[in-house]
Amino acid sequence: MEDFNPFDNLLCILLGISFTVWFTLLLVFIIVPAIFGVSFGIRQLYMKTLLKIFEWATHRIERGAKDNNHLLYKPYSNGDGSNRDLDHASEFEMSDIFYFCRQGVESIMDDEVTKRFSAEELESWNLLTRSNYNFQHISLRLTVLWGLGVVIRYGFLLPLRVTLAFTGVGLLVVLTSIIGFLPNGRMKNFLSEQVHLMCYRICVRALTAIITYHDSENKPKNGGICVANHTSPIDVIILASDGCYAMVGQIHGGLMGVIQKSMVKACPHIWFERSEVKDRHLVAKRLSDHVEDKTKLPILIFPEGTCINNTSVMMFKKGSFEIGSTVYPVAIKYDPRFGDAFWNSSQFGMVNYLLRMMSSWAIVCSVWYLPPMTREEGEDAVQFANRVKAAIARQGGLVDLLWDGGLKRGKVKDTFKEEQQKLYSKMLVGTQEDRSRS
Amino acid sequence: MGSTNSTLSKIPNVEELMQETGFTPAHIVRLYDRFEALDKEKTGHLRPQDFGAINRLAMNPIGDRIIGAFFSPGQETVDFHSFVRILAHFRPADKKRPKDPSMPEPVNSRTSKLKFAFQLYDQDKDGKISRAELLQVLRSMLEMQVTEEQLESIADRTIQEADLDKDDAISFEEFRKSLEKVNIDHKMSIRFLR
Repeated sequence: MEDFNPFDNLLCILLGISFTVWFTLLLVFIIVPAIFGVSFGIRQLYMKTLLKIFEWATHRIERGAKDNNHLLYKPYSNGDGSNRDLDHASEFEMSDIFYFCRQGVESIMDDEVTKRFSAEELESWNLLTRSNYNFQHISLRLTVLWGLGVVIRYGFLLPLRVTLAFTGVGLLVVLTSIIGFLPNGRMKNFLSEQVHLMCYRICVRALTAIITYHDSENKPKNGGICVANHTSPIDVIILASDGCYAMVGQIHGGLMGVIQKSMVKACPHIWFERSEVKDRHLVAKRLSDHVEDKTKLPILIFPEGTCINNTSVMMFKKGSFEIGSTVYPVAIKYDPRFGDAFWNSSQFGMVNYLLRMMSSWAIVCSVWYLPPMTREEGEDAVQFANRVKAAIARQGGLVDLLWDGGLKRGKVKDTFKEEQQKLYSKMLVGTQEDRSRS
Repeated sequence: MGSTNSTLSKIPNVEELMQETGFTPAHIVRLYDRFEALDKEKTGHLRPQDFGAINRLAMNPIGDRIIGAFFSPGQETVDFHSFVRILAHFRPADKKRPKDPSMPEPVNSRTSKLKFAFQLYDQDKDGKISRAELLQVLRSMLEMQVTEEQLESIADRTIQEADLDKDDAISFEEFRKSLEKVNIDHKMSIRFLR
């Protein structure tokens, strides 16, 4: 009996110390900067280190593949790489159809935007088996590195991130409820903004999201609508950690519902009951009422819809562009080298998806704030929407977004088909003219 | 990967399919995942609309023709086996295979690839690409970018060069001959590996 006591004590002391150290580190390096919006630059350093490791891993795979004569899966890029096929075509040939045919079949097999990498970039393996199609046992060192990666990600990063996530969400709920008791006025707005920003920043660190903001002078202002391309549920957190927005969405039950209800106490967000979502006029009216009140925050809308409820998507699409206020487009682009941020909603549920996000290395993305746009004379809502979409796509380098649905399919088809046809004809018509001159 | 085996066991006659198409189990699983993703209503078949939902395909000037290639005449749905068989045309050719005349032509041989492409031109399946059919394809690929006269002159020149028996149409043999210098395997193959 006596033997156990010293060990017990020792164990308790050790545990106590490590917990204290842990929490202090957490507080100092993550939570405090989040509150004040400053950064130690730790994440940037982390990112650079990871990139070096990935480069090494990629070289090993390529070397290994060459030695073993395996075919490597090179993710293709359309627009950059495959146009080279047509560069040799100076005149129409029967074989030119192969170019379109192959493109078409490639998109049947796989058309997710994630699989696009630039033609110049080597396929880089980020030590996550989920994103590697070539994983075979190439070398011991590589496997060990991968194993180490797994241990770090699941043993250290994941618990850390989950803790942060709970902290962030918990603080959000508690603080916004408290602020709800204050009388309406400037103080309340100020505090609510600070609280929202702080909690979102904690969430950003919970995902280890390394975000670069460009052109912040174009940030959305009150009375406007902020429109962004939607690629993952995390988009909200990324945008909301840099500015204050009024969210729009359907009220859910459970944890989401609690968060939504408490958020709305601090500042006016627009939440719809399930029944109201179907009423387009009601939706449009509430949105325009909000927008007309210049004291209220700009509305954040993803015309492609949130990943939560697809029926709501249809409503918002036309609605947001019909309202007639200034639209502030925002382009978000994820760097695929660090982790696959795209949510295949038919494959994973939300929780599964979040776990995947939290167990990848980091989420690196860029946000561009584009200059505001308004609907012009003689332009209908759909054309305006297309124009905004084109501006976002151009900025983010995202040529074919999964952006469809409510917009008239015919129009979208023609516009993009035309681009394809233009590219192809440039080569042919040029030579035709030369021929006629000679 | 344990999941490979469980997915494979869901597919009937999968051994035969692999034999016929030359796909490895990993390929089949990947294609099966894709098939399921496209088959949103889980009917086990794909209809033209399911293909139409692929945005990049909708943008493709000959997207409709490619979709048509999956459906045999009179059929309105495509099951997984037919889906895989068509996609097998795009496997890179097996360079090491010995030429065995007694075995049926492999589905990813040069000839089969050419036949697939020929089919895209020859919509009425009469075995010849008529001038009108050629014009139709040119129109889809070029539409607003060139005038009708330019389209016609391109069509004329192409037929002139390829049509050897002067019947104003291009038969499969003439098609094959006109493409003898083209690296079909490179143009009509999609390299993929799981």
